[in-house]
Amino acid sequence: MLGYIYRRILYMIPTVFLVSIVTFLIIQLPPGDYLDTLAAELSDSGGLDTGTLEALRDQYGLGQPMYVQYYKWITGILFHGDFGLSFEKNLPVNDLIWDRLGWTFGISLLTLLFIWITALPIGIYSAVRKYSFGDYAATFFGFIGLAVPNFLLALVMMYVAFKYFGQSVGGLVSPEYIDAPWTWDKFVDLLKHIWMPIVVVGTSGAAALIRIMRANLLDELYRPYVVTARAKGMSEFQLLMKYPVRVALNPFISTIGWILPTLVSGEIIVAVVMNLPTTGPMLLRALLVQDMYLAGSLILIVSLLTVLGTLVSDLLLAWIDPRIRYQ
Amino acid sequence: MTDVNANPAVQTGEADVLMPELLGPKALMWRKFKRHRIAYVSLWVVGLIYLMALFGEFLTTTEINETNRRAPFAPPMGISLFVAQEDGSSEFQLHAKGLKLELNRAERRRTFVVDPDKIIPLGFFVKGYEYKLLGLFPMDRHLFGPKNARDRVYFWGADRLGRDIYSRIVMGTRVSMSIGLVGVVVSLFIGVSLGGISGYYGGWVDNVIQRLIEFIRSIPTIPLWMGLAAAIPLGWPPLRTYFVVTLIVSMIGWTGLAREVRGKFLSLRNEDFIVAARLDGLTDWEVIWKHMVPSFSSHIIASLTLAVPLMILAETSLSFLGIGLQPPIVSWGTLLKEAQNIRTIIQAPWLLIAPGTMIVFAVLSLNFLGDGLRDASDPNAH
Repeated sequence: MLGYIYRRILYMIPTVFLVSIVTFLIIQLPPGDYLDTLAAELSDSGGLDTGTLEALRDQYGLGQPMYVQYYKWITGILFHGDFGLSFEKNLPVNDLIWDRLGWTFGISLLTLLFIWITALPIGIYSAVRKYSFGDYAATFFGFIGLAVPNFLLALVMMYVAFKYFGQSVGGLVSPEYIDAPWTWDKFVDLLKHIWMPIVVVGTSGAAALIRIMRANLLDELYRPYVVTARAKGMSEFQLLMKYPVRVALNPFISTIGWILPTLVSGEIIVAVVMNLPTTGPMLLRALLVQDMYLAGSLILIVSLLTVLGTLVSDLLLAWIDPRIRYQ
Repeated sequence: MTDVNANPAVQTGEADVLMPELLGPKALMWRKFKRHRIAYVSLWVVGLIYLMALFGEFLTTTEINETNRRAPFAPPMGISLFVAQEDGSSEFQLHAKGLKLELNRAERRRTFVVDPDKIIPLGFFVKGYEYKLLGLFPMDRHLFGPKNARDRVYFWGADRLGRDIYSRIVMGTRVSMSIGLVGVVVSLFIGVSLGGISGYYGGWVDNVIQRLIEFIRSIPTIPLWMGLAAAIPLGWPPLRTYFVVTLIVSMIGWTGLAREVRGKFLSLRNEDFIVAARLDGLTDWEVIWKHMVPSFSSHIIASLTLAVPLMILAETSLSFLGIGLQPPIVSWGTLLKEAQNIRTIIQAPWLLIAPGTMIVFAVLSLNFLGDGLRDASDPNAH
């Protein structure tokens, strides 16, 4: 197991390095550098301070070759936790992002839970009662879930919630709670709002997992060991849970690896539509005004945390399934 | 194997039963595909959608950029069949009822109500704005629309500038559906080359390419797309933006394809017929293109069909966020951008419903088609 962990972590290093390079390229993509933007802005407001500009130019290595800039940028992050300045808000990126990242990953993890809780029983039901009405309904739901883009579903749900249930939509809490300290009422209000992004983001994932679970379980259900267990007189439910479901569950866990990136992706776009206080709206805004250190830092951290999440899921899987450990 | 068609016994009806017709692999696949009802219907639907993309102008009723100050957020108009005459009888005449603005006292704003006196006669092959069919033949006929070229009908309502949603959706089909196709061609190229190299040579090359694929798959796509798409300058000509967006979308789409190709290569590499071909002195290139690719090309076509909807969804998402295609281009994504906030949706739900339905419809039928093709191309599937 230890050997596997080492190997897996070793594999992660090039990935992390690539992530940082891609992020750096994205930061560099827009024409001109940040100081040009900043200088333009400052001279608009009248106070152009050459001293500050020079200091910043030196700190980020602007005007120097690419690799020097990259080196300065990455060492700043690694050794000083310095992600640079947000030029639009004129604040260190560090002060702006952590709250929002927390919400993004909180919602993504809750969505993962939601997906498991719905997909597992529905998938099992779908396989055991193959070609029943419920199975067809689940299949139909699955196809629709895969075909509707996240943001469209979000818009439709907001419309329905507003028009037919009169619920306030958008945001994670009602307007009156936004700056209020955490109380029980605020928590309840949060629960009233947070289910919507979770359901929206989770639908396509749940649809995919239901199909996987159904296919896996169908492969197992007619195996001789199931017949043997049945012949011994085991109750049908006990039999199902004890053997075929356990075998079919394995690929279920391995899917965290690809489902987590899509969840984070989905959360970001849904957050823009629903105006949630998470990474999405901030990233979009930063990209539109080309506040690139902010945008780059968000992309970097979101990607890194996703890679980490995938690592954890891989390790979990290896812990559960010895075949993977000894591959 | 004997040539069945040359067999004289086939000529008589009785022998037909005794001597079953031998079908080639393609005919078998087609037969299997046709048995998959939904997929077969989807093939027709997808075909129709692409026809719609090709002959867009012919199907529209209004020029897509034409604004109408008297019809902002005009609701969808129904098509009625009979017109009441003065003598009380009614006559068959396809028509739409005109709309007029009226002050709604309860909501304190002007809303559209149906004007029963204003009748817009509709007909087939009517004269309308001038266009070039397929970009070649100048025409001014349109399949269905108002008989009087000065009348305006809004089958699926109008947007905030009074532009016809129906016509815009029809024209958006061209951009949205072709992005899927062009994107798939790009991913096919990258996917088959890299996947092929990876699977055919194996070893460290395989390892590097596999790590690269894992890397791309492990990072969330939307932020990455957003970062790349946001770098497209706003001043670029629409066509260039279109191609760059397509490239960005396909840069991530190729990984799935590359994996499948690699898997096929790995499993075929040690098959007898490949070993035989290699021992016959064929070069790697010839072995790959003459023997390996044909044996899994149908499988690839199926995977490609399944990749098209992903590309369409990606384009739609980017354009919806305002960092993909930009407004002068009409695509399903830019149309949905009009429905971005809840207030607009409440006022004019058709802005959301019409393009949304179209997207879901197209993606669903492409998915069904891909599923059917995959099942048909797999000889072992049951």
